[in-house]
Amino acid sequence: MELLTYLSSLSIPNLFSRMPAAAAQGIIWGIMALGVYITFRLLNVSDLTVDGSFATGGAVTVMLLLQGLPAWAALLLAVLVGILTGLCTGLLHTKFGIPAILAGILTQFALYSINLRIMGKANQTASIKNFGMFWETNGKGFLMSSLYVPQALIAGLLLSAALVALLYWYFGTEQGSAMRATGANPSMSRAQGINVSNMKLLGLALSNGLVALAGGLMTQFQGTADVSMGRGAIVIGLAAIIIGEVLCDAIFRKGCNFAVRLLFVVFGGVVYYAVMVLILWLKLDPNDLKLFTALIVAIFLAVPYLREQRRSSFARSAKGGSRHA
Amino acid sequence: MLELQSISKTFHPGTVHAKKALQNLSLSLNDGDFVTVIGGNGAGKSTLLNAIAGVWPVDEGHILIDGVDVTALPEYKRAAFIGRVFQDPMLGTAPNMQIEENLALALRRGKKRTLKWGVTKQEREDYYDRLHALGLGLEKRMTDKVGLLSGGQRQALTLLMASLQKPKLLLLDEHTAALDPATAAKVLELSDQIVEENGLTALMITHNMKDAITHGNRLIMMNEGHIILDISGEEKKKLTKKDLLDRFAALAGQQEETDAVLLS
Repeated sequence: MELLTYLSSLSIPNLFSRMPAAAAQGIIWGIMALGVYITFRLLNVSDLTVDGSFATGGAVTVMLLLQGLPAWAALLLAVLVGILTGLCTGLLHTKFGIPAILAGILTQFALYSINLRIMGKANQTASIKNFGMFWETNGKGFLMSSLYVPQALIAGLLLSAALVALLYWYFGTEQGSAMRATGANPSMSRAQGINVSNMKLLGLALSNGLVALAGGLMTQFQGTADVSMGRGAIVIGLAAIIIGEVLCDAIFRKGCNFAVRLLFVVFGGVVYYAVMVLILWLKLDPNDLKLFTALIVAIFLAVPYLREQRRSSFARSAKGGSRHA
Repeated sequence: MLELQSISKTFHPGTVHAKKALQNLSLSLNDGDFVTVIGGNGAGKSTLLNAIAGVWPVDEGHILIDGVDVTALPEYKRAAFIGRVFQDPMLGTAPNMQIEENLALALRRGKKRTLKWGVTKQEREDYYDRLHALGLGLEKRMTDKVGLLSGGQRQALTLLMASLQKPKLLLLDEHTAALDPATAAKVLELSDQIVEENGLTALMITHNMKDAITHGNRLIMMNEGHIILDISGEEKKKLTKKDLLDRFAALAGQQEETDAVLLS
């Protein structure tokens, strides 16, 4: 009986009506995931700066908007500040020998105070009603807003396509190849004359620039920036990467082009956020969302390892051995 | 071509683990010298190559390559002069990058890495010919990930990478030790071929006395961070394995019998 009332309380149209906004927000997380992809997959560094730099991007954007800067200029400066946060982590790691993961945690920790300084308090609001959208204001207004979902979707799609194209180009160049080599094999890279420290610095800077851009976009979309808006961003980024890669590998069994792979990472952000909306729609406790996310990421990170283990496990070799004995 | 002026290196100085790995060592290589390096475990062979490559700075002395003092240059800057192949086939290549991408990285050794496209069509044709010359069929797999190759194929590729941008010095650190005998022989043959065709100056560490005798024009033997034997020219050509073992026992002293066993 209770189940029936629960089920009848769920409205399918309501779920569908929520999906476009979820997709738009998912694209923003997907753009952030592109930044995480650079460090996590290409540089082979786990960079925890992102929880801080995402909020920094939001904080810088909202304050500059309130100062009357055009939204595009606010985003551009947010990217620059994001690059600085990445450089900070990179310098702690390469010049002072602090392990990358710890360097990221330190920067992220410090950024909490800095973000509070930037905003003056825990959150700031820049209402779309006071600023308008870019097509209403000669390009000065917001790029995305939750009040204009279809337009936000188009803007998000165009922007992520442009970013994927940019990354595809960069990682195909001599310098981008050197960065990939640094992540793949540092000793080989040094032997081939690549300055590994500089490559890591550059990669961390680039990554956090993208993450801050996503933070700035999220601030415009929601009309507000909050000092804790980046909490768990790294996990969401990883979730998007993993979901995207699993889907990509399932569809292109023979492997696919790097650009397609990056597009799937953005798409992974969309799927991730759609699942979150689904969970909320099912009226599960939103306080459990982070637990679900962590579980999903842990499972997907464990799968490749467990699969490899199954192929070469001691237990199996013992069984095989006894059969031949 | 290479000039080592009394270089020394001590690991873990000032502790009970202090080890004098290189002691006041001097060596001068002429242009085109192909030197094989032998010695027991802990004699300082790999340390010597790492000192030249700049994996870490030496404590004392100077290292000159083609007249340029490189003592103060870090590893990635010295790479402009040096091609290297490591003992571990995994170390010389980037496994998740394509064969042609690995070659392209090596072609740009010592050059500024710009925002130009990483692999050009023209160089691809050149890679095809060079891979074809290796005789391993790799020219048909240029877009395969290097991680898919066998150890021997990877060492052959690393050799090609080391010589693609002609180095002033080629350092081979027991680069066949991890391979099966047939593959090792093939890779050694390729090494000879590449050194000869490009007229390279090379240092090759080996644990195999026969290889040390049959390859190269000069042989040095190391013990406890010193060079204890340096043979070249006609004298080297006449050398036998027994000669080497005898001289090793005489030079290194009685307590080194165990090392002599290791060497053979």
